[in-house]
Amino acid sequence: MDLIFTILLDGLIYASWLFIVALGLTLVFGVLKILNFAHGGLYALGAYGAAIAVPFFAGLGMPEWFSLLAMFIAAAAVAILIAPLIERGLLRYFYGRDEVLILLITYAVFLILEDVTKMIFGVNPYYVFEPRNLLGNVEMGSLFYVGYDLALIGLAIVCGLGVWFGLNRTRIGKITLAVIKEPEVSQAMGVNIARIYLLAFGVGVFLAALGGAFTSPLISVQPGNSVSVIVVSFAVVIIGGLGSIPGAAIGALIVGIARAFAVYELPEAEIFIIYLVMVAVLIFRPEGLFTPIKARKI
Amino acid sequence: MRNFVKFGGLLAALIAGTSTAAAKDTFKVGIVTFLSGQAAQSFGVPAANGAKLLVKKLNAGEVPAPYNTPGMGGMQIEAVLIDEAGGATVQVQEYRNLVQREKVDVVIGYVGSGDCLAVAPVAEELKTFTILYDCGTPRIFEDADYQYVFRTAATATQDNVGLVRYLKALGVDIKTYAGIHQDYAWGHDSWVDFKAAMGRIYPEATVAAELFPAFGAGQYGTEISALMQRRADVIHSSLWGGDLQSFILQGLPRGLFRQAQVALSTADHVLPPLGNNMPEGVIIGARGSYGYMAPESALNTWWDAAYREAYDNVVPVQGPYRMAQALLGLKSAVEKAMKENGGVKPSSEQLSAAMTGLSWESPAGLIEMTNGKGHQAIQSIGFGRTQKDKDGNIVLGDILHFDARCVNPPADKKSIEWIEAGFPGADCD
Repeated sequence: MDLIFTILLDGLIYASWLFIVALGLTLVFGVLKILNFAHGGLYALGAYGAAIAVPFFAGLGMPEWFSLLAMFIAAAAVAILIAPLIERGLLRYFYGRDEVLILLITYAVFLILEDVTKMIFGVNPYYVFEPRNLLGNVEMGSLFYVGYDLALIGLAIVCGLGVWFGLNRTRIGKITLAVIKEPEVSQAMGVNIARIYLLAFGVGVFLAALGGAFTSPLISVQPGNSVSVIVVSFAVVIIGGLGSIPGAAIGALIVGIARAFAVYELPEAEIFIIYLVMVAVLIFRPEGLFTPIKARKI
Repeated sequence: MRNFVKFGGLLAALIAGTSTAAAKDTFKVGIVTFLSGQAAQSFGVPAANGAKLLVKKLNAGEVPAPYNTPGMGGMQIEAVLIDEAGGATVQVQEYRNLVQREKVDVVIGYVGSGDCLAVAPVAEELKTFTILYDCGTPRIFEDADYQYVFRTAATATQDNVGLVRYLKALGVDIKTYAGIHQDYAWGHDSWVDFKAAMGRIYPEATVAAELFPAFGAGQYGTEISALMQRRADVIHSSLWGGDLQSFILQGLPRGLFRQAQVALSTADHVLPPLGNNMPEGVIIGARGSYGYMAPESALNTWWDAAYREAYDNVVPVQGPYRMAQALLGLKSAVEKAMKENGGVKPSSEQLSAAMTGLSWESPAGLIEMTNGKGHQAIQSIGFGRTQKDKDGNIVLGDILHFDARCVNPPADKKSIEWIEAGFPGADCD
């Protein structure tokens, strides 16, 4: 019983981290129809941003708890600075083009971000331990967990509900849903599609950077952090269905728990099991678990 | 992918020169190591820094005896630095470029075992003297013979044989042990060697868990839970670089390092960046007597001071040490060959003949090319355990060294067979 609880809890913590990142990926795909490979680079920028912002605000004499807020500020700064540059400066010229071409373009952006990050921050690691010490340790079952890691579950729920609320309960969200469903008709009705695309892309970048920022206290922030997260996030959104928020949540949970189970019971298959689940889902649901059936347009 | 940095004091050649013929020449060395990617910060960049420093000091004749003559046999060294990133296919192409377009006299390089395995046959094809300075797989000279390829550092075998001997020497009681390693050849090979050595030295101990997270995984929460729940006496890991640092940062507040004796086979490079965030009581290895574990000698005192002075008081770790022993071995071979050929720049064949079976002093102690038919080095290895000094700073204590012949197989034995046979011929006195 203790083992099952530990597997579920470890899986849930891992899933929370994955969901925050995958949520941005699936949102960008849902609105812009872009599979954004550069998402990993934006995640890394968020981690670097937090590693800069936390000591910066601490140096200004802000209280320790402010480091949590500093990580939000870092993620928002990345979104405000980078999203218009990528979306307005590059991606908009390729809307409507072949999806493979756009995937390659975002891959190029990913590589550029890797090198730009290295040019700005160098290859030496950055550390930002302080936020992880704020929430203490909690005894769960037979093990100790860090309160900060458990708080990531709450952050993931807030992010998921926030995006759902923004899309379904606000005017701009409903306009975005209309653009997702019928971009041409929305435009004919006077919707500024460019603005919606930029907004959606900006939220996607913010979520990627937020994932990186809140991961930074757990890792040594240095080149190479961006690769593994994008690969697993792709698996999550493919399992859940590209463009589906509940799909990203369920996909992250499935991947997180399957991986935790493998670590305990079948460690040789820790990586393999993620893709085994993905293949199994694709065999029975080629469009993912939560992609709604669409009427074919003529 | 490619980053050329050329350095070398050609001017000094005019005033140097032990041989007039040689003084007119430069000796061009291609140096390949990771300047980008995950291994850059841990291994590549420190090694490149070590190369730049030592080339400068060698050219100026400022290295202590027996290396106090300028350059290599009087020839000024010109180094061409290349990034190892990009994988084996890219590196084979880069190697060809170095030899055929840059016209280097020798190549020193390669941290990645895959890169070493890919480049070695090409070196033979191009008949170019090549030193593998860092990669660890024993397969290079156990599975093939080469004329032009040498490795001036010990193989990864001694990491784990030495580590188990160190645990025994400390009197660590082990009933169960666990391992966490990256899921690629390095991680799996390290675990196989460690388990085999444990089987001989701690035959009663059993494996409690063996975990293989993805390279670059970043998140180790689940693995840490699994390790803590299995409550092994010893946790062995060959993690390195950012992965190792993340594992330490995540495991520390959860009490992992208090619950078990953690033994890290190649972790000296995380001590400078983590500093006092490193937990106490962790066993550290470095595949050699490097850095904090280097033996006392005039050469090491000079090297440590010169590196710290050049690089903002950073402690040199395994990367720069291994690069230094490769460059000093090359200098020894060049000058030995020139003694035999009348003082002209030696050919690759002459260099190969001079390097085969050679031994020379390095900051990490004596390097001996005894294995792989005289092409593979053995050397002593040191281990230590982190502890706090009186000022509360993390330092290495309990430092022990093992002789090269105690932790490396004899010349005619394959590593894993030697371990499984119970280390026949090992000399640990």
